[in-house]
Amino acid sequence: MEIVVLLKQVPATESLIGIADDGVSIKTDDVKWVINPYDEFAVEEALRIKEAHGGSVSILSVGSEKTVEAIRTALAMGADKGILINVPDGDVCDGLTTAKILSAALKEIPFELIIAGQRAVDDDNFQVGPATAEFLDIPHISMVIKQEIIDGKITCRRTVDGGTVVLETLLPVLFTTQRGINEPRYASLPGIMKAKKKPIDMKTMTDIGLDPETVGKPLTKIVSLKTPPERKGGIMIEGDSAQEKAARIVKILHEEAKVL
Amino acid sequence: MSQNILAIAEQIEGVFRKVTFEALSEGRRIADQLGGELNALVLGDNIENISKELGQFGADRIIVAENSALSEYLPDAYGNVIADVIDKETPDVVILGASTQGKDIAARLSARLNAPLAMDCVAIRFEDNNLMATRYMYGGKILADVMLNGKPQILAIRPNAMTIASAAGTGVVEKFEVNTGPTLVKFIEKHLDTGKVDLTEADTVVSGGRGMGGPDFAVIEELAQVLEGAVGASRSAVDEGWRNSSDQVGQTGKVVSPNLYIACGISGAIQHLAGMSSSNVIVAINKDSEAPIFSKADYGIKGDLFEIVPLITEEIRKLKG
Repeated sequence: MEIVVLLKQVPATESLIGIADDGVSIKTDDVKWVINPYDEFAVEEALRIKEAHGGSVSILSVGSEKTVEAIRTALAMGADKGILINVPDGDVCDGLTTAKILSAALKEIPFELIIAGQRAVDDDNFQVGPATAEFLDIPHISMVIKQEIIDGKITCRRTVDGGTVVLETLLPVLFTTQRGINEPRYASLPGIMKAKKKPIDMKTMTDIGLDPETVGKPLTKIVSLKTPPERKGGIMIEGDSAQEKAARIVKILHEEAKVL
Repeated sequence: MSQNILAIAEQIEGVFRKVTFEALSEGRRIADQLGGELNALVLGDNIENISKELGQFGADRIIVAENSALSEYLPDAYGNVIADVIDKETPDVVILGASTQGKDIAARLSARLNAPLAMDCVAIRFEDNNLMATRYMYGGKILADVMLNGKPQILAIRPNAMTIASAAGTGVVEKFEVNTGPTLVKFIEKHLDTGKVDLTEADTVVSGGRGMGGPDFAVIEELAQVLEGAVGASRSAVDEGWRNSSDQVGQTGKVVSPNLYIACGISGAIQHLAGMSSSNVIVAINKDSEAPIFSKADYGIKGDLFEIVPLITEEIRKLKG
């Protein structure tokens, strides 16, 4: 089975995020860059499917040259090769533009299955997976926590608000991962050594038949970034006993905060 | 600049989601501001009766797409029908709730229509004739103002972020002739936790963290129950296997903005704070007076949660009589 994983490099979730001087991007100096956590689930699931069904796992990314680090980590986990569509830093892609670039690249890559994270934890757009499937004219299933492939048919259990739903479709398909699908493996030392020799193809937009002038005009534009109003520590509820504290907080929530 | 707005409603088993009323109310507000129509679209099976309700939130026309093939949400069937309706109605703005289903529809639709999308927005305004959406990024650490260019402009609004307002709309129900077109995704089965309040729509969320010490969340569940709220969990509680990952609040889980958030035994890692800091009132209960959560909470209580939480539950029971 030919599997492609869509992977994005993002700031680690424990990073503090600051706004750069231009007011529309973030400070990148002190940021620790990692594979988007949901994409890590995607890499792991792809490797498990390959282990069960044979085939190969390719990692496809859109990003600056720095993204090679994240692709290399996925190769160290066990993926076979990487493809990076190089979009220089500063060229801002919105979700739809990214999906256009990915789908153009995928027209030249054989695949039966595409796996992506349900969202990237930087933009929080939830958009790239389903939009890429639409551009490729294939079905998608979002937020999958369990999948099974038999005879070209895939059955997925996905989360919905308040429960789970089981859906079925034929390959080729794109599905997105939800927390709970697996526990991603760590890259082993031999894995890291092997990854150094695995191929990573660097391509430009022109290489995949896109005109950067027309594709590169996003329909959405960030006009300003700000940090949310800082929450300040409030009142510590004092009391001689737990009972007194409990009574006091309920009284405050009822009478002052008026949330009860 | 008159703007016609189409609100896509979401119903589960014949009951509209709260976020649907929020989307309609916000749609009405935009339509009134700019002089346009607000129409609602409802998809499903046996839904004509419930559809009238949308008139109370300002819908002028209520377009009903009724078909047995739409009884369950399927991304391709729903996508095809919604695209047909948009083709016919040519709305300037499409607004819907950023629920799990709404996000899925919005994403696929943006590609189908080559239309700008603001996902999970918390505020919408007009500036120099342009629609501007405010949305969180980086799991709540950053607020971005996003300008949308193109038509239709798709707005998926975050549950609990916008107010519901009753408004008299004409509320005329009309049927849409459904053709689901070619579809590949099939529904097999579903499992819904009945009676459970959805985390993202709950007015109150009570969460437990590492301080729970194990999978027994009974004290948290009882407090959530008297408050008719939902139970959440920190990432460490989920990683320990004490709670299902669908309960996780934080940057790699759900982002919640309830009226009241009660954090029990949660130290307040930055990735958790990102997921709940837009709550209206935050209460933190923790043994450790140095826990970072206290610096973000409106009210802090230092102490043993297993002792304090049941007493709070009792006090609230008394209050509610």
